[in-house]
Formats: sequence, C-alpha cells, structure tokens
Amino acid sequence: MENQILIDYLPIAVLFGIALFFALLIPALSLSLGPKPKPIDEAPIHKYMPYESGIVAIGEAQRRLPVKFYRIAVLFILFDVDIILLVPWAISFRQLGMFGLAVMGLFMFLFLLGDLWVWKKGLLEWE
Amino acid sequence: MTFLTFLTSLTSEQVVFILASILTIGAALVVVTNRNLFHAALALMASFLGVAGIYITLDAGFLAAAQLLVYIGAISILIIFAIMVTRRMMQVSESPFNSQRGLGFFVAVAGFLIVAVVILQWFGGEAFAAKPPVAPAVLSNAVAALGVSFVNPNAFALPFIVISILLLAALIGAIYIAWPRQRIDPAEDEA
Amino acid sequence: MPPVTIEWYVALSVILFLIGSMGVLLRRNAIILFMSIEMMLNSANLLFVAFARYLGDLDGQVLVFFVITVAAAEVAVGLALIVAIFRTKHSINIDEINLMKG
Repeated sequence: MENQILIDYLPIAVLFGIALFFALLIPALSLSLGPKPKPIDEAPIHKYMPYESGIVAIGEAQRRLPVKFYRIAVLFILFDVDIILLVPWAISFRQLGMFGLAVMGLFMFLFLLGDLWVWKKGLLEWE
Repeated sequence: MTFLTFLTSLTSEQVVFILASILTIGAALVVVTNRNLFHAALALMASFLGVAGIYITLDAGFLAAAQLLVYIGAISILIIFAIMVTRRMMQVSESPFNSQRGLGFFVAVAGFLIVAVVILQWFGGEAFAAKPPVAPAVLSNAVAALGVSFVNPNAFALPFIVISILLLAALIGAIYIAWPRQRIDPAEDEA
Repeated sequence: MPPVTIEWYVALSVILFLIGSMGVLLRRNAIILFMSIEMMLNSANLLFVAFARYLGDLDGQVLVFFVITVAAAEVAVGLALIVAIFRTKHSINIDEINLMKG
C-alpha cells in the first residue's frame, strides 16, 4: 500500500538526491582529476599562504561582526514568524469575514507597534 | 539476501521515516558533541530538516514548510549571527563540557532510562494501532482550517493575540538588550 | 518491520528530547545550550503533530505554530542576552557566568 501524500513529495526527494549526488561528485572529481598538492613541508612557502601573489595577509580571517547585524537578524526572524502566521489566515480569508479581519488587524497593530518603536529609535539606519 | 528482502518489504512511509529519523538523531548528536560552533550550527540545520521530513510523513506539509522557513531559514541564521558576533579565538584545547558534566551526564542517563521504560511498556498498545485514514478533501483544506482556528473566538483567537504581544515584547527586549551602551565598545576594540 | 505507528514517533521525539537535554546539561558554551533547547522544542512539536495526525484533530498543529513563535521569541531574546553577557565578560562559557550565585 503506497502513501499518496509521499508520492506527491517524490519530486522533492529526487531533487535532494540530485543535490546530494552533485555535492559529492564535484569534490570527488576535483580530487581525483586535479593535480595533487605537495605536502606542506615540500611545497614552496607561498603555495600555502592566503595570497599566492605574495601579499602578506594582515590579522585574522575570522573577525567578529558588529552587533548591528544581530539587530537586523532579530527583525528578520520576527517578520518571518509573522508571515508564517499570516499565510493560513490569508488562505481562509473569505470565509472568516469581518471578525477575522478584526482579529488579524489587532494582531498586526500590536506587531507593528514594535516596528514603529524600532523605526522611531532610528535602528533601521545603517549608520 | 535477507537484508535485501527486508529493504524491498519496506513501504515508502517506513523508508522516509527511517531516513528522516537517522538524519535527525545523527545531526542532533553532532550538535551535542562537536567542538566547532559553526559545525554544530550546520548540524542543527540538518536536524531541523529531518524533522521537516517527519512532518511530511504525518501529512503536515504546511508545517514542514514552516519548519524550513522559521527554523532553518531564521532561527539557525540568528544562531549563526550570534556565533559571529561573539566569536573569539579558537581554544581547541579547552574541554567542550562544563564543570557539572558528571552530574549532568548522570541526570540525562537517568532521565533516558525512566522514559525508555515507560515507552517500552507502552509499545504495541491498542489505542493508536493504525493511522486513521483522512479524506483528501480534509488534507487539501488543512491550511485553511488552521487559519480558521487562529481567529475563531471559540478556538485560538485569544492566544493568537497574546502571541502578538509576545512578539512585540521579544522585538523590543532583544533589540534593547543587544543595544551597545557606549559609542566605542571595548569588546569591539579587542576584536 | 512493523508499520510506523505513533510509538515510533514518540520514541523519536523522546530520543531527540534527551539528546537536547544532554546538550543543555553537559556543554559549556551558551550558544550550544540554545541549540539544544531548540532541539527540545522541536521534539515537543513532533509529538504535537504526531498526536494531531493520529487523533484526527488539527488543534495540535495550531499549537505547533504557537511553539514556533515562542521559540523564535525565546531565541531572539536569549541570544541578545548572550551578546550582552559577552560584551561585559568577554566570554560565553556558562561556568564563568555565576554572578547570581552570591
């Protein structure tokens, strides 16, 4: 007995399979067909430096991000959740009538209050 | 040969359930044991993806999409941002476990044993022997039915409004707490 | 193999929850703690969806949306706290966050 729901999702499974296959295939091909790098103690020293052209790298490659990136991420996550809650409401919008509109209106008012605060504080500016 | 016959005897539901469970549990173990924070965050995304696959075997396609959008698309990204904001130099020699690891391990194993005994006794019960069939019309209307529940005063209208207050508080609180107190931050200087 | 009944989902959820609780109890990095808490919330969601399906009642799925919202709010505020703690203590090691001990 086959499950009809899962058959509907078969294209996504095929897509995952293809993505996984290529993700493994490309590194395998470049490893097997490309020239083998010499071990680090035999190669010329510039081969293992960040810039082969000879520029000496300054500082660390992994730097700490400023906190304002985190601020934008918080705004993003809250809008994301908001959209997820809006979609079922929008799909059944016609059968909900005025009461549904009122409840969602109150929801959006409270949600946008926070965004207004953020806007008023000037946190949407990127300095 | 018996393994092959076992494989061909599996239904598609079992195959999806097994693969998604392996992905979920394996990735969760990587999250808990890995030293590298970034690898742990990526494994967390894989674990969320496995849970989305489980939702699909439970006929909850919209929830699987919500899982992808919110957990993988937003929460994991927020965690990665937090890792990048608080990063300091790698200290691989340091133990990844905290000072209460002995007691913590004991409590976790004890909890696992207690719950495992209860579950094993429950296995094979009659109450939920088979998945009840659901009419296709119900499934195709599931998202609309969710929307009706959200704003129905007899169902979830009030919690829905309360959740918006929670979002408001979280927005203001998160931004206020992470606000730089002075213009030149000593932590940023050191970086 | 027996058919996939609700016990399998319960078992998966319990295993995920206990892995998450192990992460919370054993790890010293506060961000890993948050990842583990997200996994525990996910295991609760899994149970909600499984019982909603087996009882034929959509209310469980509605609750999952509320859990998702709470998880998003929790992770936003919690990680903001971690960022603030990092800024004052230059560390997110939970063994060093003990000012409340008195």
